[in-house]
Amino acid sequence: MNIIEHVGSFTKLMKLTLTIPDRWSMFGRQYLREIMKLGIDSVFIDIIISLFIGMAITIQMKLNMSNPVLPGYLTGLAVRDTLLLEFSPTILCLILAGKVGSNIASEIGTMRITEQIDAIDIMGINSANYLILPKITAFISVIPSLVIISIFSGILGGYGVAEFTDTITVTEYTQGIQYSFVPFYVTYAIIKSMVFAFIISSVASYYGYTVKGGALEVGKNSTKAVVNSSIIILGSNFMLTKLLLT
Amino acid sequence: MIEVKDVSKSFHDGVKVLDNINTVFETGKTNLIIGQSGSGKTVLMKSTVGIHKVDQGHILYDGRDITQMNDHQIKMMHREIGMLFQGSALFDSMTVLENVMFPLDMFSDMNTEQKRARAIECLERVDLKRAIDLFPAEISGGMQKRAAIARAIVLNPKYLFCDEPNSGLDPKTSLMIDRLIQEITHEFNITTIINTHDMNSVMEIGENIVFIYKGQKGWQGNKDQVYDTGCKPLEDLIFASELYKKIKKAHFTLKE
Ligand SMILES: Nc1ncnc2c1ncn2[C@@H]1O[C@H](COP(=O)(O)OP(=O)(O)O)[C@@H](O)[C@H]1O
Ligand SMILES: [Mg+2]
Repeated sequence: MNIIEHVGSFTKLMKLTLTIPDRWSMFGRQYLREIMKLGIDSVFIDIIISLFIGMAITIQMKLNMSNPVLPGYLTGLAVRDTLLLEFSPTILCLILAGKVGSNIASEIGTMRITEQIDAIDIMGINSANYLILPKITAFISVIPSLVIISIFSGILGGYGVAEFTDTITVTEYTQGIQYSFVPFYVTYAIIKSMVFAFIISSVASYYGYTVKGGALEVGKNSTKAVVNSSIIILGSNFMLTKLLLT
Repeated sequence: MIEVKDVSKSFHDGVKVLDNINTVFETGKTNLIIGQSGSGKTVLMKSTVGIHKVDQGHILYDGRDITQMNDHQIKMMHREIGMLFQGSALFDSMTVLENVMFPLDMFSDMNTEQKRARAIECLERVDLKRAIDLFPAEISGGMQKRAAIARAIVLNPKYLFCDEPNSGLDPKTSLMIDRLIQEITHEFNITTIINTHDMNSVMEIGENIVFIYKGQKGWQGNKDQVYDTGCKPLEDLIFASELYKKIKKAHFTLKE
């Protein structure tokens, strides 16, 4: 299939998906399940990665700004804004594209090849709506929390560096992370991450839903889901940044 | 009763998988679609239920033409249909009981207790009450088929479709599943359609048999007529079957 055909059938699938659920109680049940699976289960990896990245960024920023002319608070400021603008919304979503995207694509793909999706359709249920909508809405609703947790963990990681090494003093760091804070950056981070969450969950669902063949194709499509959603995330990251920040 | 009239179907490659099929599936009977692998049985079944759109022809469910229905009407029609898939298609993430309760959760206005009672009633009917809290991966292929039958009948369907219900089962379990489907068909007066290439099933439950050969209807009749059809491809299929070989062997052993 060429890219135009993909866009066409993706749009068609989304039209089926983004409709009113047949039964709200069933939607609610699925939605909570997905919140647990896609959100809560990602908190641990979210914290670990962000802590380490916060630590690494702090050391690198300090090294880059070792010039005595530059004020000491710049390191903390740079760490905070890097996390806020790019790491927590974008890089974190790229990592989650791997975890959540492959999870969604393989789950739906397996349901497709074992005819579970046909079974849902033949009951007179809109399978795209029943399976995909809870995943998309759940992931979009948990991503802001994941981003906020990531920002705090990253800043905490940097604080650890200040506290336990002599790279930078605690005073400099705490002064830096509070210096000229732009609240809109938080809004920007959350908007971006919600768009990325939609991309990850919908693209992965698309590749899962359209699997043809057997287990091998499920694996191949999960890989495609991760690769393509990553590319789309990076492309739209550029566009959103242009749109929201300039 | 389901009437299939002049139905043709091809996919993107243009090859006619179904070529002008005409037949009737009767109420309260086990209607068999038989034929070699790849002959178009599954496509005929999926076209009949509306998963595939036909290129030409009409399919009437007790007079209601599914080929003329819009998506919403087809959805409503599907609520009268139970279907059994080749791989049983149970939901892996749910227990056997939850699987059987699923259609009720989706469509009935019963409370949880009533749904549970109805699901257990169906599971008892297929003799699977012991396994209700197990997951599909934890039970045997035969039990999975029975759970799928319970799920297919839980909403009292008027029409029951079974795609190769015996695939992956040993002959004894196959026979049991065949008989179960036949009993349920008679008990609830369902129009049942079964795809199979298993000659044992044909002899056992073939109340109305449609033989598909290269996308066309090769022959139609019942199990008592099947040995004497004059239809060469069907005779080939019968002669190739294990059952026939056994009968032949027994016959010669007797003569000696
Ligand atoms: N979705 C599809 N797209 C294209 N060709 C198909 C599709 N489904 C089935 N076919 C073709 O139709 C023919 C009949 O298939 P099928 O009905 O599955 O056979 P069987 O009798 O074994 O159930 C096969 O040649 C198969 O390749
Ligand atoms: Mg088949």
